[in-house]
Amino acid sequence: MTIITYDGTFGGFLTAVFESYNRKIFPVDICSRMGEQKHLFAQKTDIQTDEAKAERVWRGIQQKMTEKNKQFVFYAFLSEEQGIEMKIYRFLRRLFSGNLDIETDFGDPDVLYLTQTSRKVKQEAMRMLQFVRFQHTKDGLYFCGIEPRYDVIPLVVSQFQKRFADQRWLLYDLKRNYGMLYDKNKPQEVVISNKEFSSITGQVNDNVLQEGEEFYQKLWKSYFTHINIQERKNLKLQRQHLPRRFWKFLPEMMILN
Amino acid sequence: METKTVQQRLEILSDAAKYDVSCASSGSNRKNATKGIGNGVACGICHSFTEDGRCVSLFKILMTNHCIYDCAYCANRRSNDRQRATLTVEEIVDLTIGFYRSNYIEGLFLSSGVIKSPDYTMERMVQVARKLRMEENFNGYIHLKAIPGASPELVHEGGLWADRMSVNLEIPTEPNLKLLAPEKNYPAIFSPMTQIRNEILASKEEVKIFRNARRFAPAGQSTQMIIGATPETDRQIILLSSGLYKTQNLKRVYFSGYLPVNDYDKRLPALTRPPLVRENRLYQSDWLMRFYRFKAEEILTDDQPFLDLDVDPKLGYALRNLHLFPVDINRADYEMILRIPGVGVQSAQRIILARRHRKLNSEHLSKLGIVMKRAKYFLTCNELPVSTTDWTPEKLKHKLVAGAVSKNKKSLDTQLSLFGNYQPVLPPLH
Ligand code: SF4
Repeated sequence: MTIITYDGTFGGFLTAVFESYNRKIFPVDICSRMGEQKHLFAQKTDIQTDEAKAERVWRGIQQKMTEKNKQFVFYAFLSEEQGIEMKIYRFLRRLFSGNLDIETDFGDPDVLYLTQTSRKVKQEAMRMLQFVRFQHTKDGLYFCGIEPRYDVIPLVVSQFQKRFADQRWLLYDLKRNYGMLYDKNKPQEVVISNKEFSSITGQVNDNVLQEGEEFYQKLWKSYFTHINIQERKNLKLQRQHLPRRFWKFLPEMMILN
Repeated sequence: METKTVQQRLEILSDAAKYDVSCASSGSNRKNATKGIGNGVACGICHSFTEDGRCVSLFKILMTNHCIYDCAYCANRRSNDRQRATLTVEEIVDLTIGFYRSNYIEGLFLSSGVIKSPDYTMERMVQVARKLRMEENFNGYIHLKAIPGASPELVHEGGLWADRMSVNLEIPTEPNLKLLAPEKNYPAIFSPMTQIRNEILASKEEVKIFRNARRFAPAGQSTQMIIGATPETDRQIILLSSGLYKTQNLKRVYFSGYLPVNDYDKRLPALTRPPLVRENRLYQSDWLMRFYRFKAEEILTDDQPFLDLDVDPKLGYALRNLHLFPVDINRADYEMILRIPGVGVQSAQRIILARRHRKLNSEHLSKLGIVMKRAKYFLTCNELPVSTTDWTPEKLKHKLVAGAVSKNKKSLDTQLSLFGNYQPVLPPLH
């Protein structure tokens, strides 16, 4: 009965996988050492993250997976779901034991679960592309504070960078309290201590808003109201596509005034 | 002189633009090579959803709602007494860039009422696109409507700036178009449509030889027709759109359920609500042709002018062809699996992949997302008993329709899920 603990990062997890082969451990669980203590009487082996070892496992995964699913394991990991590590671990054991093409074995519960979970993470990343709303501030920065369900901001940075190459922007994860800042050169991770925005709705304080920002928001809200076809009203459908939890970040969903 | 504020004019012109169905921003991979603003994402992105549940992807606006024509089905016809407004080229450009920078939109969908002449109108629309690309360095999506009757030179230039172009067919048969819009005719619609088709094909060939050749409407061409304003049958409409996909190489044919905007006009039917269910059934038929490998003739046979409003066309097909079922999930080919009611494209693909590893049973199937309540009458798998033989089409239909009125029935949706294939890019591992 061995439990492997690690630091909760993806690199740490991959190191744990490496060590399980290296030291011939067959863990009954792999969990973050920061997490709650589930296994009181089990024997624990703590693994220190080692980038070189992680890299080797990662490359091994890349070799075995098809083009389409190269990021599959990483996405599933980002879901932070309870017990995701063991599911990935079992999957990797099968993958490395030479089973061809197991990523399509949807009859296997682990494969199916990982497929569905990585899909959810991808979908959440997609929602960032959909529902991020920048507010233009006085110092020229385009700011957005948002709360993704999973830690997906790093997944969408390159897309935003391509799209908004000529403006400075900051995507801030309000729940995890960090953001990615792009200064027209390259993105970097930042943590803001002195917040001039609401950490609930991400709305920037009025006094730091760029002149004109309010104008565009107002125009956007009227556009949104007038492009709707009243005779086709279908709130259920709207809600299906536009989850409630994002409404507070969207100017068009805030009460019109 | 224009005394209305930008906001007032924006309201009038978005209100006037809302009847255009298309809002898709898909099909373009335009790169932000100039390090300016914007790029295209092939799958398209919806940025919001209005109360009618429709996707807001593009800033969809009319340049003006003044019009010299008098089409019976249109709210902007010249004989209507309503508020009129025009936005200048600069105003449209500014609004597009302003909205885009805040990530409200994927780009612009510009259409217009006809002022002075088709050329005069088209010329200004092209100016907007040119200015966005050349002066603002904008690489986001542009959908330009081609105004019937505009000169080929203008249509050509429009296609060089735009990602997608469209010419609306409006009414599914020419005599009925002439009845409702005496100033319009099919040749004036098909001539730009054919030109756009040819130029798209030519530019694709050119790009194969010279990588840097300028692309013409890389996201293709679409069209739209109004459903229910005139008496065409569903069969006519489906055959027409399947013909358009083939001959005009269209990317999409949109249907717009007729909204009684001018109920005083006696040439139009008296409707209280837009025919939403019919519109939805037509879209489902459209998907069957585009993604499920159905032929138009299979969806509606000679003796069936209209789609059944009670059941979707795929179920309708299965009920008419019960002799083809049940389908063996573990053996049948992809085409046949796609035809099982309750199996979508994604599930069909997964079935094909997964069954190479092991025989699939009904538990696997429901975990794969197959709607077993519906599908079980049409398939066999490892252990499922054949349950179709004793059913007549009528009884089975009755059973399935009654079962479908459940609480978690999905809301009528005419938009296909766009995000299925989106792959965000992995950041370097650190
Ligand atoms: S030409 Fe277009 S805008 Fe003008 S009346 Fe006809 S449909 Fe309406």
